[in-house]
Amino acid sequence: MNLQEAKFEYLLRLGDSSLIIGHRLSEWCGHGPILEEDIALTNIALDFVGNATELLNYAAQVEGKERNEDDLAFMRDEREYRNLLITEQPNCDYANTIARQFLFDTYMFFLYEELKSSQDKTIAAIATKTHKEVTYHLRHTTEWMYRLGDGTAESHERLQNGINDLWMFTSEMFDMDEVDTLLIKEGIAPDLNKVKAGWEKRVKEVLAEATIEIPTTLFKQKGSREGKHSEHLGFLLAEMQYVHRAHPGAKW
Amino acid sequence: MEDQKQIEAFETKIASGVKIEPKDWMPEAYRKQLIRMMSQHAHSEIVGMLPEGNWITRAPSLRRKAILLAKVQDEAGHGLYLYSATETLGIDRTELLEQLHSGKAKYSSIFNYPTLTWADIGAIGWLVDGAAIMNQTALARGSYGPYSRAMVRICKEESFHNRQGYEIMMHLSQGTEEQKAMAQDAFNRWWWPSIMMLGPSDDQSPNSDQLMRWKVKMESNDAIRQRFIDRTVPQADFIGLKVPDKDMKFNEATGHYEHGPINWEEFFDVIKGNGPCNAKRLKDRKEADIKGRWVREAAMAYANKRMKEKEVA
Repeated sequence: MNLQEAKFEYLLRLGDSSLIIGHRLSEWCGHGPILEEDIALTNIALDFVGNATELLNYAAQVEGKERNEDDLAFMRDEREYRNLLITEQPNCDYANTIARQFLFDTYMFFLYEELKSSQDKTIAAIATKTHKEVTYHLRHTTEWMYRLGDGTAESHERLQNGINDLWMFTSEMFDMDEVDTLLIKEGIAPDLNKVKAGWEKRVKEVLAEATIEIPTTLFKQKGSREGKHSEHLGFLLAEMQYVHRAHPGAKW
Repeated sequence: MEDQKQIEAFETKIASGVKIEPKDWMPEAYRKQLIRMMSQHAHSEIVGMLPEGNWITRAPSLRRKAILLAKVQDEAGHGLYLYSATETLGIDRTELLEQLHSGKAKYSSIFNYPTLTWADIGAIGWLVDGAAIMNQTALARGSYGPYSRAMVRICKEESFHNRQGYEIMMHLSQGTEEQKAMAQDAFNRWWWPSIMMLGPSDDQSPNSDQLMRWKVKMESNDAIRQRFIDRTVPQADFIGLKVPDKDMKFNEATGHYEHGPINWEEFFDVIKGNGPCNAKRLKDRKEADIKGRWVREAAMAYANKRMKEKEVA
């Protein structure tokens, strides 16, 4: 694997995660628990779609095979997608969505903080913009963690269930392979152990404040780095890609 | 019995172009009519999120997906803004939503039609938002301060929505044969509901002199409809779409387009609840409300706990 290939792969990992979690959040549009949350979730979804567009656009440039961001988003199959498993998990109830979003936002917050100083100027520029957005997202989801965790008995139980269900998808966020090694050496990507330290500390603090217990499960899911996903992704892509694929070559 | 002098002072104020503000005295009929109109408008914004939200996950490009998300978010924002403006008249959002869920309050009839293809998103932006703007620019000159100011702001965003809808249709019309057919089909299905959404014709909906005098209603339905048609038909011609009205013709003498007979039976039928999606729209709204109840309760419980802590400290 050369540097160009590693960079392309890395950009897909970042871009796909944003695209897929943005898709999940957009599914709430019009169905939120209160109008203010409908607005917030849609707004956050929009940030993610915007971020994904920039990353996939850059990925396509790096690849240099005359593909664009739409080709990458709409013409790749499940096995070619590199989003983290946690991002494709279904919305379930609102507590589950908040749990998923909190765990992922915290990850993004610490990851993009590091990416701001990437030696790749484009990645650094995207990260600087995105980190500002993620700071707001994280504040929003953290507040909801407190409200649901320390709200009513029902909300507490639902949030605890959400965290329990999703915990097994968190360890792969910090898995590193050849791609990371190459990019770390070039100062393009951060060592995920550093991101993990920040993530663990913050998650522990917020869960404690939200009166939520940290799951003790050792059961860990992984596979997104090799495009091995949960069964949910296929349905999501089928929905997302069908219009685009039904009209090959059409301009929209 | 309301004081005749108060009413006279109120009407003088309106006649001289001064806005009525929330704490000003106003006749009960004025307050009631505004609550009805403004909440109906707010409900339309949030119910309107459903047919458009229906296509967010299937938008054919990332750019279109982002634009649609931003648009639907704007509609939610309008809803919030309008509910807040309605609250200045002494009724709260919970009660207004109960009226929506019970079927007592109405929302725009147009949102009871389904969005069947991607082209429907273009048609809604172009036609539905286009028709709404015609109505709302008139309402921006209305007498109630919070509503008229809301209309000014909302119209600015709706103009953007209108342009993006037309842009979708323009792209489709210049696209493949399938895309062209999709655009024409959407136009065929949304044209009549769009011109009907501006309300019954004047002979069936006599404008009360009082509402006009109070600047609650600014223009007759037919006048607004005519402006919408005059503006939209040339736009359709420009991108090669055929207006689905065989009787549509341009009257050189008047400078206006004249449309064929409108199927008012369908309009009233949809208003009564028999449109293709009335049941679905209301069910979705009610379900969101019921599923969200525990979330709202949790937020209240959390806020109360924090409040008590502050009191103790």
